Amino acid sequence: MKNQNLYNYIISIADNSLILAQRLGELCGHGPTLETDIAGTNISLDLIGQTRNYYQYAAKIQGEGKTEDDLAFLRLEREYKNVLLVEQPNDHFGYVMGRQYLFDVFHLLFMTEMLNSKDETLAAIAKKGIKEVSYHKRFSGDWIKRLGDGTEESNAKMQEAIDDLWVYTDELFDITEADAAMISEGIGVDTSKFKELYYTEILALLTEANLTIPESKYFTRGGKKGIHSEHMGYILSDLQYMQRTYPNMEW
Amino acid sequence: MSNEQIKNLEEIFEARIARDEKIEPKDWMPEKYRKTHIRQMSQHAHSEIIGMLPEGNWITRAPSLRRKAALLAKVQDEAGHGLYLYSACETLGVSRDELYEQLHTGKAKYSSIFNYPTVTWADMGAIGWLVDGAAIINQVPLCNTSFGPYARAMVRVCKEESFHQRQGFEIMLKLCNGTQEQKDMAQDALNRWWWPSLMMLGPTDAESIHTEQSMKWKLKRKSNDDLRQQFIDQTVPQAELLGLTIPDPDLKWNDEKGVYDFGEIDWDEFWQVVKGHGPCNKKRMKDRVSAWDNGKWVRDAAMAHAEKKEAKKLKEAI
Ligand SMILES: [Fe+2]
Ligand SMILES: [Fe+2]
Ligand SMILES: [Fe+2]
Repeated sequence: MKNQNLYNYIISIADNSLILAQRLGELCGHGPTLETDIAGTNISLDLIGQTRNYYQYAAKIQGEGKTEDDLAFLRLEREYKNVLLVEQPNDHFGYVMGRQYLFDVFHLLFMTEMLNSKDETLAAIAKKGIKEVSYHKRFSGDWIKRLGDGTEESNAKMQEAIDDLWVYTDELFDITEADAAMISEGIGVDTSKFKELYYTEILALLTEANLTIPESKYFTRGGKKGIHSEHMGYILSDLQYMQRTYPNMEW
Repeated sequence: MSNEQIKNLEEIFEARIARDEKIEPKDWMPEKYRKTHIRQMSQHAHSEIIGMLPEGNWITRAPSLRRKAALLAKVQDEAGHGLYLYSACETLGVSRDELYEQLHTGKAKYSSIFNYPTVTWADMGAIGWLVDGAAIINQVPLCNTSFGPYARAMVRVCKEESFHQRQGFEIMLKLCNGTQEQKDMAQDALNRWWWPSLMMLGPTDAESIHTEQSMKWKLKRKSNDDLRQQFIDQTVPQAELLGLTIPDPDLKWNDEKGVYDFGEIDWDEFWQVVKGHGPCNKKRMKDRVSAWDNGKWVRDAAMAHAEKKEAKKLKEAI
């Protein structure tokens, strides 16, 4: 492939949205209120929309005549490059909102930078995505405030989720070989530029929500290299079920 | 109020309905009208949200990104339908929480069709095509029902349901133009959903209660059997277009009557499912109740946070 780095770069961004959408898709009809079910579905839908744009573009760059679905459904686990954060399970609503918020803050900063990408397609995806992602962040941030501030029980549960998910935040800023190449070409987003901002923003909201940031400086990483948590195989079993069981068919 | 006065009000009320005027929540209405509407609208709302479960079952396994997005959008629409309908109920002075309570304790019913399992992807097609199709037949007449909020909710709901129906048909069409495995999957789904869809239009007229009153209030405009006939006559040509066989050996065009004759419906099965012994009644209820119970701390937190915020605002104002 002529443009392997660009392809890898797009895939890793797309996989974040895909796997998070997949996690949200598990919840529909099982949430605490009808309104949160609607919002969760809506966020999942936005993310799927983004992945379609990314995979279509990646398939074009790859130039092997593959489709968005080939890329979304027919890779091996090690070829998915999403961060570990987005594959974490829906243990309870605090985890769902915690995972969402920790990703959304990153995602919005990322999209805002991607607007300036020299790659027109990526800039266009960002332009459309920013509105969606701002809404996601407002929704998840508001819930973190409600849960952190609400009752003793909700505060404890929200804190539990933040404590557990915190270890996955640092990986968001890992720079792979493809990332570095794309940054140097003015196509990729240099995430180191807003790493501090990311943590400052989160600290402010968590403080407002009577929550604290874990003391530990140990972080877990691997997804961006394709080394996933044990959850990933199960996520892919669902995701790939139809495509693997009935290969080469149209739906 | 004397009996005489009430009778007078009732006469004025019935005359308004007869003139096709809409009844609004603040208007005087007979208690029975209020109760019947709460029952029917909440049953409808419950059906929308229980209906999210069998289709939600396929969101993570949808075969393509396009289908996944469409299914998410559909299930989201159903949640929205639930929302409008609960809101319409609330205008009659009953809270959503009370209605949930009735659902979760089994006091309130929901459409029995959702007690059947969705076992293959083709079920997403069959549900859209047949179940949303039958729902439209039930609901289009309600766009002109006498209670304003219900009628308005139905206009919006029906528009979306007909979109769902087309989408379901399109899923079937794709399968039917596909491989033998896909065609078999489509036929199998039709075999399983056909009879329950016919039952969805309600018990046969001889066994149906409250029909006369409902006709007067425009909650019902055609009998169950007429609606069923309409559904069959509309759906058979669509099945032919798909190249699928309706699983009824007695199905035959009746030239004299200009409708399809069809075989006997297994009403024992219908009543079995209605009474709680269908393949998924227990699972649907368990899923609903556990979503509600597991969400309690979240709803409590939202309430507590809102109260604290309110109190803070008040304190600042003083
Ligand atoms: Fe609906
Ligand atoms: Fe409906
Ligand atoms: Fe529908």
